[in-house]
Amino acid sequence: MRNIIRGIAFGIALTAMAGAVAAQTLLNVSYDPTRELYQDFNAAFVKYWKAKTGQTIQIRQSHGGSGGQARAVIDGLDADVITLALAYDVDAVAQAGLTAAAWQKRLPNNSAPYTSTIVFLVRKGNPKGIKDWGDLAKPGLQIITPNPKTSGGARWNYLAAWGYALRQPGGTEATARQFVADIYRKVPVLDSGARGATMTFVSRQIGDVLLAWENEAYLALGESPGQLEIVVPSISILAEPPVAIVDKVVDRKGTRAVAEAYLQYLYSPEGQEIAAKRHYRPRDEKVAARFSNAFAKVKLFTIDEAFGGWQKAQKTHFVDGGVFDQIYRPGTR
Amino acid sequence: MSRSVSRRVLPGFGLTMGLTVFYLSLIVLIPLATLPARTLTMSWAAFRATITDPRVLASYQLSVTASLVAAAVNALFGFAVAWVLVRYSFPGRRIVDALIDLPFALPTAVAGIVLTTLYAPNGWLGAPLARYGIKVAFTPLGITVALIFIGMPFVVRTLQPVIEDLDPEVEEAAASLGAGRAAVLLRVVVPNLLPAWLTGFALAFARAVGEYGSVVFISGNMPMRTEISPLLIVTKLEQYDYAGATAIASVMLVVSFSLLLCINGLQSWSRRRVAY
Repeated sequence: MRNIIRGIAFGIALTAMAGAVAAQTLLNVSYDPTRELYQDFNAAFVKYWKAKTGQTIQIRQSHGGSGGQARAVIDGLDADVITLALAYDVDAVAQAGLTAAAWQKRLPNNSAPYTSTIVFLVRKGNPKGIKDWGDLAKPGLQIITPNPKTSGGARWNYLAAWGYALRQPGGTEATARQFVADIYRKVPVLDSGARGATMTFVSRQIGDVLLAWENEAYLALGESPGQLEIVVPSISILAEPPVAIVDKVVDRKGTRAVAEAYLQYLYSPEGQEIAAKRHYRPRDEKVAARFSNAFAKVKLFTIDEAFGGWQKAQKTHFVDGGVFDQIYRPGTR
Repeated sequence: MSRSVSRRVLPGFGLTMGLTVFYLSLIVLIPLATLPARTLTMSWAAFRATITDPRVLASYQLSVTASLVAAAVNALFGFAVAWVLVRYSFPGRRIVDALIDLPFALPTAVAGIVLTTLYAPNGWLGAPLARYGIKVAFTPLGITVALIFIGMPFVVRTLQPVIEDLDPEVEEAAASLGAGRAAVLLRVVVPNLLPAWLTGFALAFARAVGEYGSVVFISGNMPMRTEISPLLIVTKLEQYDYAGATAIASVMLVVSFSLLLCINGLQSWSRRRVAY
């Protein structure tokens, strides 16, 4: 009950705030691990916009699981821009009629100004000798990855493993399925989100290897120095977290110009540098060259190449009764 | 002018009844009515397939069993706590009394993380238990522990005022008439407390069935083994499957409501029995 009252009060306060300063605020609805990235980026953009137009703007951020954030926007959260973990979630916003169906074509690089990939986090000294995806099949290993049905990051993990198996000599759909099922049989805890999985691995010391976003792995490394190591596999998936303007909202609030500038600034050298510093791989080649030591060389495949896009991947693997569910169907263990 | 004969002694019936109906509609009925409304967007076959999926069935079973066990444990120990707090005075009683409400005030996610840290295989309690081969975190046992934690205040708080009203002289009278201690407890104390006890049990159970925040951290969320129904609802929402989510929710609602009705029936039966 107390929670409900607090929620209502908070809602009223938020609405009042939004109304009072609607003209000069921008709301960026994003997913969980981008918190630090957008803190830095927003500060830089506010300064840039002030210098360019003389206007002072205020940028508010909202973070949470990617799917839940998309749902909040569909249900009416006034997001000017959305910066989510996967194109599937932006597609959902587009299907609700809030933004153009062709949103992905409106900005360069599939509307993904920075990229990331999936790497392994292991204990100091790599006691189980994990070098590449193939080592995850070793018997007796415990692997930590969240539930792909509830976590966007986990879906990238799953697809990266599948793509690796498909690219092995003699790799087919069947061997890939076997490989991925093998991995999930070694998962002792299926957390609901990427942060939860990191906590299970780092604080609770459960498991031998964590499949994680590259940026999340670096963050964990920084927080518990000397306990962990990052292992970069030979091949992984190119994760493209997309950004988009929510047309319906910016047109109503009259913020289209600033919202567009905000997303474009992500592609500028300044924006790219901020992303690189927060361990997101920049698209800009000059910035990438300067940070080349910060990112291990790894062969990357895209979701479009390997799976024919998010809609198809989602339908085959993650819908109810899809390949992921079949792994856990009784009798298959 | 003939005034209504059955005019009530207290004024304001119309106003308060109106307020009650308005308030209940706004807070309970309208939100709950949208549940079947959303569910109705799916076909009967799809509805049946959703709610009889083996994973969903396993989750109902887990959710209801763990909640019943947790409520039962709370009923037992909650009685002891309430009894001690009312009948004895000891230093620090007020502090203990205030502690009871903590599970209400704590955000459930915090409770979940704390319990998981404690009961994980490397935790303070989890490590010694693991030596005896008892695993708590990431098993149904861990889920029950979390549900016991969040349900604890209900039994204590419902029993406390009733025990306060229970005059010790009644027990003394029973004793002076030759009843032994067990007889006083079973034939005098328990029957008087039973209605409130059942209320506390029902509240703790109802709270546990719907609990999400604290459980997802300690449950491990393994399909078929430690997936609670609320998690499956969130999973469906994550796939923008509103209808599927509300289908599972409707079934839980029906199950919880019928169980609560049964408990209410038991309660009024026990109240009639001890009426004096």
